[in-house]
Amino acid sequence: MNELIEAVPFLGKRNPKLTKWLIIILALVAPLIAAYFGRSWMRILDFALLYMMLALGLNLVVGFAGLLDLGYIAFYAVGAYTWAFLASPHFGVHMPFWIVLPLGAAFAALAGIILGFPVLRLRGDYLAIVTLGFGEIVRIFMNNLNHPVNITNGPQGINALDSLNLFGWNLSQSLSFGDFKIHYLYLYYYFFLLCVVGSIIFIKRLQISRVGRAWAAMRDDELAAKAIGINVRNMKLLAFSLGATFGGVAGGLFGSFQGFVSPESFSLMESIAVLTMVVFGGMGNIAGAIVGALALTALPEILRNIALPVQEALFGTVILDPEVLRMLLLSLAMILMMLLRPAGLVPAHARYSRPELLKGGA
Amino acid sequence: METLLQQIVNGLVVGSVYALVALGYTMVYGILGLINFAHGEVVMIGALTALQTLLILMGVAPDMAPLLKLAIAVLVAMPVCMLLGFLMERLAYRRLRGAPRLAPLITAIGMSFLLQTLAMIIWGRNYHTFPQLISTAPMQPIPGVFVTPVQVAIVIVSALVMAGLILLVTKTRLGRAMRATAENHRVAALMGVDTNAIIALTFVIGAGLAAVAGVMFASNYGIAHYAMGFMPGLKAFTAAVLGGIGNLGGAMLGGIVLGLVEAVGAGYIETMTFGFLNSSYQDIFAFVILGIVLIFRPTGLLGERVSDRA
Repeated sequence: MNELIEAVPFLGKRNPKLTKWLIIILALVAPLIAAYFGRSWMRILDFALLYMMLALGLNLVVGFAGLLDLGYIAFYAVGAYTWAFLASPHFGVHMPFWIVLPLGAAFAALAGIILGFPVLRLRGDYLAIVTLGFGEIVRIFMNNLNHPVNITNGPQGINALDSLNLFGWNLSQSLSFGDFKIHYLYLYYYFFLLCVVGSIIFIKRLQISRVGRAWAAMRDDELAAKAIGINVRNMKLLAFSLGATFGGVAGGLFGSFQGFVSPESFSLMESIAVLTMVVFGGMGNIAGAIVGALALTALPEILRNIALPVQEALFGTVILDPEVLRMLLLSLAMILMMLLRPAGLVPAHARYSRPELLKGGA
Repeated sequence: METLLQQIVNGLVVGSVYALVALGYTMVYGILGLINFAHGEVVMIGALTALQTLLILMGVAPDMAPLLKLAIAVLVAMPVCMLLGFLMERLAYRRLRGAPRLAPLITAIGMSFLLQTLAMIIWGRNYHTFPQLISTAPMQPIPGVFVTPVQVAIVIVSALVMAGLILLVTKTRLGRAMRATAENHRVAALMGVDTNAIIALTFVIGAGLAAVAGVMFASNYGIAHYAMGFMPGLKAFTAAVLGGIGNLGGAMLGGIVLGLVEAVGAGYIETMTFGFLNSSYQDIFAFVILGIVLIFRPTGLLGERVSDRA
């Protein structure tokens, strides 16, 4: 929270208390503002919160423990498909969320350990490529496991997933008090917000705990960390599985919110997108993950709304469609951030990371 | 038996293209310790530039001999890719030398997606048919085993190109400078080698090979599109690791072995898994091989120990 407050330009350092309340109020009224611009913006806000959870989880692996994971979206997929298998007409199973979500998280954590074990000895760039391969393998299986036994329904995906049902209270139905109606997108927003806040508190505690400090030591110098008695193997596995857990929970929430899962949502591009969010905001930094997720979910949408009419006015047709704009933005963000500001928009606090290590040669 | 022979032929053809691409990865890695993630995209740019050239040529001079057209297309694609390789090194990677490992890798990933997006803007999302200028009429040297002239041409050309590269690296002054730079930048610089120029040259040569490989891929499958470079890029990287990254001979061996394993594996996976998996799982082979090699023999088939470089 302090990092987030300090990151706010002008006001953050002068009046932290006011800034804190401003952020809290903004988080609470954001969907009302979005609703003013239309339903689609509320959806985007909901997705921004899901991406925040993903970015927080990936930040744990990449930022805290220093393990570059390019297959992170596979854990999101595990969570989403767990929801699809256990809460949809696909197999005719409809379990309540308090079973499915933890199960999804557990499966994702297990997948994290399965990935973690063989790659323990790899470092840096090799690790990145192997995790990328893992993500692709998971996607290929999702795409092809409709034959000979139909498990994932192949590229068509699974639809009509159950929505989130909190002990009889269905979040997908708008609440109504007489004439006054609360649209279901608000309900999801506040539920996701709660999840994100919970994650932030958990990760913050984790960061300053023994485990968090062990990760930082391992990231900065693995040999030295070993020498002072840190069990590097267990710490790496813990990072993979905890990071995967966040992906799994976010995946389950995604399934329930979207009501539809298909392999297309879990492409390499999505892994890269989440990684860009972490890099853009600032690796090893909770506030950075949040700012990055928010910025890189909202910016493409804003561009879509500005760039499309401008193009139509100038050229008469749309030359760059929204998907191209998003990719362009993400890839440029990645390259330029690394070249110009490697510590990210919100550089990590000196207490948790050593920014001078980012500059020096390794 | 015929299936096996046929898959070996297919594997050799694809493998020799992988080998060409793998050389680009391995040379850059040998000198900079950087995985140039965007190398696969250079293959794609090469193929699409050649396609564009061919389309223009067909419009301007429809009577030109097909082989001449193809040669011109390759000669246009190579400098374009070389320029691209040079620019990537100059504008992005050079500034990140000495930065921690993750920074250049993340930049390279960004570069890869940037190139894909640019190609999507220029050439659209569609699959383009790549004109078959060398005959694709299958011949049957052994009954039941089909080989097309295109495939023969691919194997011969890549063998020639690789032989040329080996001569360049082992027999010339320039090659000696490259090997010295790969061994140790600073010492090479002290001996009067312009290491910056050598590193740029490495990127340029790798990109030139990638351009040739791109045209081969497009001719072999008869299609070209904006995302065609990514998978072959990853597989070629796998081939480089399999052979021992940083080692030229290893990259060639790795490429051929990977091509063979993939083709033979795809031919038999259905029978081996009792119909549970089929040839749509073909892409998994490369990743599984990559994982196994890195875990059990990170030095690859011919390489020296590298896994400890953080």
